[in-house]
Amino acid sequence: MTLLSITNLSIAIHAYPILHDVTICVDPGEIVAVTGESGSGKSMTALAAMQLLPKGAQATGHIMLGDQDLLKLSEQDLCNIRGNDIGMVFQEPMTALNPVQTIGDQVAETIRVHDRSVSRRDALARAAETLERVGLPQAKFPLRRYPHELSGGQRQRVVIAMAIALRPRLLIADEPTTALDVTTQAQILDLLKSLAKADNMGLLMISHDLAVVADMADRIIVMRKGEIVEQGETQTLLREMRHPYTQMLFAASNHKVALPAAPAPTPLLDVQNVSRDYRLPRTTVFGSPGTFRAVDNVSFTLQRGERLGLVGESGCGKSTLTRAILGLEQVQGGTITLDGKPVFTGNKPNLAVRRKMQVVFQDPFGSFNPRHRVDRLITEPFHLLADPPKGTARDDAIAEALTAVGLTPDDAQKYIHEFSGGQRQRIAIARALIIRPDLILFDEAVSALDVSVRAQILDLLADLCKAYDLTYLFISHDLSVVRTITDRVLVMKSGQIIEQGDTETVFETPQHPYTQALLAAAPVLPELGEVDP
Amino acid sequence: MLRYTIKRLISLCVSLAVASLVIFTVIEIAPGDPASFMLGINAQPETLAALRTELGLDASKVERYLSWVGGLLTGDFGTSYTYRTPVADMIAARLWVSLPLALYALALSTLIAFPAGIYAASRRGRAGDLGVMGATQLGVAVPNFWFAMMLVLIFSINLRWFSAGGFVGWDKGLWAGLHALTLPAIALALPQAAILARVMRSALLDVLGEDYMRTARAKGLTARQALWRHGLRNALIPVLTIIGLQFSFLLAGGIIIEQVFYLPGLGRLVFQSISARDLIVVESVVMLLVFSVIVVNFLVDLAYAAVDPRLRSRT
Repeated sequence: MTLLSITNLSIAIHAYPILHDVTICVDPGEIVAVTGESGSGKSMTALAAMQLLPKGAQATGHIMLGDQDLLKLSEQDLCNIRGNDIGMVFQEPMTALNPVQTIGDQVAETIRVHDRSVSRRDALARAAETLERVGLPQAKFPLRRYPHELSGGQRQRVVIAMAIALRPRLLIADEPTTALDVTTQAQILDLLKSLAKADNMGLLMISHDLAVVADMADRIIVMRKGEIVEQGETQTLLREMRHPYTQMLFAASNHKVALPAAPAPTPLLDVQNVSRDYRLPRTTVFGSPGTFRAVDNVSFTLQRGERLGLVGESGCGKSTLTRAILGLEQVQGGTITLDGKPVFTGNKPNLAVRRKMQVVFQDPFGSFNPRHRVDRLITEPFHLLADPPKGTARDDAIAEALTAVGLTPDDAQKYIHEFSGGQRQRIAIARALIIRPDLILFDEAVSALDVSVRAQILDLLADLCKAYDLTYLFISHDLSVVRTITDRVLVMKSGQIIEQGDTETVFETPQHPYTQALLAAAPVLPELGEVDP
Repeated sequence: MLRYTIKRLISLCVSLAVASLVIFTVIEIAPGDPASFMLGINAQPETLAALRTELGLDASKVERYLSWVGGLLTGDFGTSYTYRTPVADMIAARLWVSLPLALYALALSTLIAFPAGIYAASRRGRAGDLGVMGATQLGVAVPNFWFAMMLVLIFSINLRWFSAGGFVGWDKGLWAGLHALTLPAIALALPQAAILARVMRSALLDVLGEDYMRTARAKGLTARQALWRHGLRNALIPVLTIIGLQFSFLLAGGIIIEQVFYLPGLGRLVFQSISARDLIVVESVVMLLVFSVIVVNFLVDLAYAAVDPRLRSRT
């Protein structure tokens, strides 16, 4: 018998349609993945199944859990079902737990809120068992731990423990691994898979990551703009891909660009034995504070015209190294020179060098002042120049930069809120290009974008490489992107560069065990048309 | 937690030392010689010199600072220039009015503000919320002495439930004392409660939007259970900050209310001693208030740590 059957579900929030005629079934023990780009309605589908829709949402259709229609139940009945029959895991493990309660109390609460007769002690004992089950043994992770004492992956395990403590029939996981590193992601996905199998629990998983979905799911549902465009058994769907949107989505996820050949190597950026220490808080009143070495004796050279990648998991020192290269922070050892001149002189960044570098950040929404027009935003780097262009020269520079990134000169008079995420990232690139820097740093510049938009931005970068002979350092945790957009790659772990070499060589024959583990953990999309029958 | 407490204690002592130095210096710089003020403008130079010696004003500044601080530590606050009585006794007598009044008002303010803030937050945008918000807007806007006068008009003059002013003293019994302080405490508490309720509401609303509140609902908690079990404690940090500030204000800031109700409190003492250039009293009272502010801040810091485990581990 079907466990969850959503039929003809339509949702509108204040009369604005969000979902249209969505029909989804999940059987016991089955893993169904809903995928699609942002705004496709996949998270709203998950919240609807939980009946935790935002205020003002109107739902029509049926959401049948067994023989109960969730849309017809009272709030009290729904409270009895949530956590008991349906568990839910969220995207952000860092914020999904109450920071002022121990993990033991939080897991035990799921048990006690549904059965008042269980004593606190018994509930805690069962919480301990559940935590053990999700891979948090009591010896290392006692019940009295607080969330802030755990890593992201460990916190996600606690969230999963809360969701499965009562062995629900259905587990809903909304982007459960999006915020996690690839090696952690692989572990959490394995855990979810094994739990679904062991408890014969239906798993409805929401993910934008097609590689994850293809790897995990028994069945895939592709959504776009609130509607289901295609659904089917994973293997069948991957083989046939009837809908053009599905094809586009998979093609974009695996997007490859052709970079022009790099010019003859002449060194541009030279990083020699660089170390960066952070002071730790004092542990004793009068003792000297300890230090944390975020970047440890890093050396590499970036040639002019070279596209260099920097990969590593969170906390490996990527961002610290980026800030040091930009001259934003003083390093405690070693030298960083651009064209032979130090990026940091005395106690401040060296402006003569600083104007030769620009940076593009991850967040297309947070990295612009919302009250400035585009022309002012993208000419900001002119402050670095001794003699910035004025009048028509300035207008020409703006028009050229906007045209180069695929926008029009007319966009100069608009405000940033008028642009989509992808367009904003184009504007960020225009801002970096406008002073024709020798070096651009891309700090997770495509990580926040949908796959189709990401593919366009990668194409844009390849085009710009042809037109401008760009030299860049591309920092990312996304291995597939780094693979296509760089010539050479550095792999960073615990502040050190543990492997470097030509991108293809490193990806094909990784030497260091960590690089091997990283590549093995990264979910890989099956090549189109090469799916096992 | 122990390390955190010790660190806060050290910072408390440093703050007190710095505060005593600043107070001493500022009052030294302030114009007006207490001796000539006490004797009037026609005083003979010899009499003036004799009085200055008697008051200890001719000693060096360092000596006077040290003897003042030494006195404070041993409970000897010196002798009032005008009343010729020990400052410690004067302050103690006034403190017996001001401290209970401040605590009374703070308790009332918290008792009003917490339910009001929680009620408003849980009914965001609905009639109940708008009602509470309107009332608190009024409470913030209307000065407390106006409340005081209205309270006197209604409860003392018309209903005759309370006396219109004065303080009977604690020797008449706890009940009589509290009875006399009730109207002033209400007048002091209302504007504070209005502020606190607004802070409580907005802190709770911030917390209600947090991811862990959604997690709590996903576990099967009702909206009300989620609010009480997960929302309230997380919302307490900003609320505790305001409570700490309010207590300090209530202790000394009640001067207008003391005036309206003829209460012999600290506020009036400060006012009178400033008018009379009774510097030693001013110094001592100001130091006492600074001391209470710093101690309250210390207690608030400890309360933070009790509420939020992240502060405990961050030594």
